[in-house]
Amino acid sequence: MAELNQDGGGKDKSGKIRAKKQGGRVDLTAMVDLAFLLITFFMLTTSLNKPNAMDVAVPDKNEDDPEDRLEVAHNRTVTILLGSNNKIVWYLGEFDNPLEGPETVDYGAGGIRDVLLEKIKEIPQTTGSDMIVVIRPSEHSTHRNLVEILDEMKIVDAQIYTLGTILPFEIEFLEQHGLYNE
Amino acid sequence: MARAKVKRASTTIDMTAMCDVSFLLLTFFVLTATARQPEPLPVDTPASVTQIKVPDDNFGMITVGEGGKLFFGITGPQTRVRMLELMSEKYQIPFTQEEKARFSLMDSFGVPIGNLKQLIAMDMNDRTRAGLQPGIPNDTTKNLTNEMFHWIHSARTATAQLNDVQMRISIKGDADEKYPDIKKVIDILQSQDLNKFSLITSLKSL
Repeated sequence: MAELNQDGGGKDKSGKIRAKKQGGRVDLTAMVDLAFLLITFFMLTTSLNKPNAMDVAVPDKNEDDPEDRLEVAHNRTVTILLGSNNKIVWYLGEFDNPLEGPETVDYGAGGIRDVLLEKIKEIPQTTGSDMIVVIRPSEHSTHRNLVEILDEMKIVDAQIYTLGTILPFEIEFLEQHGLYNE
Repeated sequence: MARAKVKRASTTIDMTAMCDVSFLLLTFFVLTATARQPEPLPVDTPASVTQIKVPDDNFGMITVGEGGKLFFGITGPQTRVRMLELMSEKYQIPFTQEEKARFSLMDSFGVPIGNLKQLIAMDMNDRTRAGLQPGIPNDTTKNLTNEMFHWIHSARTATAQLNDVQMRISIKGDADEKYPDIKKVIDILQSQDLNKFSLITSLKSL
């Protein structure tokens, strides 16, 4: 379709076969195709190269109480403990007297996401206000775990969530269930 | 008998112009792809669904990797020079104009301030050699020993002085870093009353 036409170099009227010298027709379709492919590649890689930023807000550090014990309404608080080996323990309410849990789940669609989606619908119905999530990473969870759980907050559209400090009896619970090792 | 002959219209399109434009666009994109400085501490960030891009200026990045080593870098050459001047006053270490100029080209660094002159004097390729830079010293106090605290504070002051906006800080952590190392950085930020920051992630397909 796309062509470069070269002049044949004058017509010869002697009737001899001049097929070989009759204008080189180069099909440029392939070159245009390649050029567009390269453009698309560079367009996409220069914008994808920029890393993404995920905003996080932590509560004010309380100089008097450095361990950050926030008073929250227990009946609508889901506490999520990040253990080792990419496992999560969650419970609803207070640890000593939980309304649900503690239960061990995985990250992602088959685990914590389903739990959160369920609770985010249930809690406004039973208590009339939104769900609060408190995330308490343990010392043996990784940065990846932290990002994943904050991601889940965005995916399930949890409005109220906060990072907190894990408590000793929660650490004990993780140890008992083998979720507090290297 | 005359046969109705449909004259076949020529369907050849001259593509030279389109080819020309596409190479022009290609050249444009190749040239506007800015060359990145090699990172002194390569870090593999975890993935997330967030699509908010990092801002181009007034932005500071704390890199956490390799067992809790801290590296720091900010955008804007003038801001970098101002930050260096503030640190130079605090720690009583003078820097020459040339050193300041070289420092303004450094994207990210991770050495105690005592070794900063040496680092500035080095060549770009030598600086980014693996294992060379040990990270910025840090602890839980606000003293001069906690250099990370003071670098961040100077960076924020410099941004506020020069550009009159609040600097945005982000943490770029390796995916396999343990939480206590990240918590350390979050604590340093909280002790400066900085409660909002970002975590750098790569794109994840849901």
